[in-house]
Amino acid sequence: MFQFILRRLLIALPTLFILIAATFLLMHLAPGGPFTTEKPLPDEVMANLEAKYGLDEPLARQFGTYLFDLVTDFDFGPSFVFKDLSVRDIILQGFPVTLTYGFWAFIVAISVGIPLGVAAAVHQNSWLDYLAVGVSIGAQVLPNFVMAPILVMIFTLWLGWLPGGGWQGGQIEYVIMPVIALSTSFMASVARMTRSSMLEILHSNFIRTARAKGLNGTSVIWRHALKPAMLPVISFLGPVFVAMITGSMIIDYYFGTGGIGQFFTNAALSRDYGVMMGVTILVGTLTILFTTVVDILYAWIDPRIRY
Amino acid sequence: MFKGANLFLRSEKFLTFVSIPNRSLWRNARDRFFQNSAATGGLVALFLVVLFALFGPHIAAWNHEDIDWNLLGNVREQGAPSWQNGHYFGVDELGRDLFARTAQGTRISLMVGIVGAFIAVVVGTFYGACAGYVGGRVDGLMMRLVDILMSIPYMFVLILLLVMFGRSMLVLFIGIGLISWLDISRIARGQTLSIKKKEFVEAAAAMGVKPIVIILRHIFPNLMGVVIVYATLLVPSMIIYESFISFLGLGVQEPATSWGVLINDGASQMSYGTLWQLLFPLFFFVVTIFSFVFIGDGLRDALDPKDR
Repeated sequence: MFQFILRRLLIALPTLFILIAATFLLMHLAPGGPFTTEKPLPDEVMANLEAKYGLDEPLARQFGTYLFDLVTDFDFGPSFVFKDLSVRDIILQGFPVTLTYGFWAFIVAISVGIPLGVAAAVHQNSWLDYLAVGVSIGAQVLPNFVMAPILVMIFTLWLGWLPGGGWQGGQIEYVIMPVIALSTSFMASVARMTRSSMLEILHSNFIRTARAKGLNGTSVIWRHALKPAMLPVISFLGPVFVAMITGSMIIDYYFGTGGIGQFFTNAALSRDYGVMMGVTILVGTLTILFTTVVDILYAWIDPRIRY
Repeated sequence: MFKGANLFLRSEKFLTFVSIPNRSLWRNARDRFFQNSAATGGLVALFLVVLFALFGPHIAAWNHEDIDWNLLGNVREQGAPSWQNGHYFGVDELGRDLFARTAQGTRISLMVGIVGAFIAVVVGTFYGACAGYVGGRVDGLMMRLVDILMSIPYMFVLILLLVMFGRSMLVLFIGIGLISWLDISRIARGQTLSIKKKEFVEAAAAMGVKPIVIILRHIFPNLMGVVIVYATLLVPSMIIYESFISFLGLGVQEPATSWGVLINDGASQMSYGTLWQLLFPLFFFVVTIFSFVFIGDGLRDALDPKDR
């Protein structure tokens, strides 16, 4: 097990390095720089600006400096648009917000999706099953950018129950709609996956044995069927995590919650390389970290798995 | 005709010769597909959406770029869908005809979906088939690369690419296609691993056929079933990606539209009571995604009957 974890980490670190290097390189290959304006600046001013931000040094050296500051200081460099904010400030400001609604959306997707899938599988072909399947098919066509306007239409415009946007330090009424919008389609995917893997397990021999020796239904489901049925679902958690972070772009854009996605989108519109690079690297790091944890978890639950 | 059958026919008083038509694998699959009513319904709906995309701009009384100056000031009161002024779906906040815009957006969204899926499928299948066929260390290396690329937050990278190379349709097509080939390469590799152990591949190799020819002539046709199913299910996710980016205002640029742009426009105008702006594009989006999902499921059942 220890060896497996070590090997998994040995893959994760180079991946991370490649991600950072590729992002850095891409940003520097981009045509047009942060100081490209509609009215071209005089060459001397441009040179001064580039010297100020260290953009005139060789690329390898720039990368070395960036990487060093990043690792030792959690310093993502300056923003190219906000003169008084560093990328770290921006990330520290936006990330807790994203984390809050992302965490709740993750919890909702799992804690609703899994029981729904299990219930559907246990009562196969009952009204409950049809309902669960119907809901999960329906939710496929409701990605977050469709869900968000629909929710606002219903709960803000028609019913007037919830505010249509803003964050206000994460008061509950501001969190509800982002969480629902973000979690719906993944809740459906989790439910569908749970259902199909649970069905497969329930038809396998060891469950028949468990039933044959006289165990009651509840015990068979909770003690014998659930754990193996969870395996595919666990491997799906990595992609769900990525999707939650990606979805934060939509949530922040639409609800104006001020999370990390908002900074990324704005940076994309204003060519703020510093922020774009910082956010991509942060998100990439988290993704790689999370995937690694999920893999280790997976191997721990299912001892047959060794890559 | 052999004796038993003859006897049987005579005993049942079937004196005419009953010929059973040949049924190919694909024909069987087609029959199974059309027995699935959801899949058939999806196909019909998709056909209608495609017709709308093809002929909608020609039917429309207005061009998707032109502003109806009569309505510009009071879209809210007079911009609603109406037959009289030729705005079948109403107008948007700038007084542009929503019918023409929806048709044009449908065209772009479908195109991105299909082209993106096509690129992803071609790249992914070829990559996966090569890795699987060559095997060994090359396979390990190629698949490790896929693992690495998989753990990269693709949407962020795609937006990065769009910002860098300019927001053109071409970058969107290629970008969406290139980040989506990873899953299919895994599937294709898995299938190739089992196909390559079959006798016909062995025979081809024994006759000295080059590996690349074996992959193209012998492995590819046998991957077709899985690939077609996956491609059908890939199209809606491509459409969703494109809409995601366009919703943020980072994708397709004015005056061109796509469903993402239209849904975003509609959503931002919602509070002024012009709900038709949101509902018409949303309707086409939902119908199309549903259709592709149903068709994909139907194809899977039809082409892979053992996996039900």
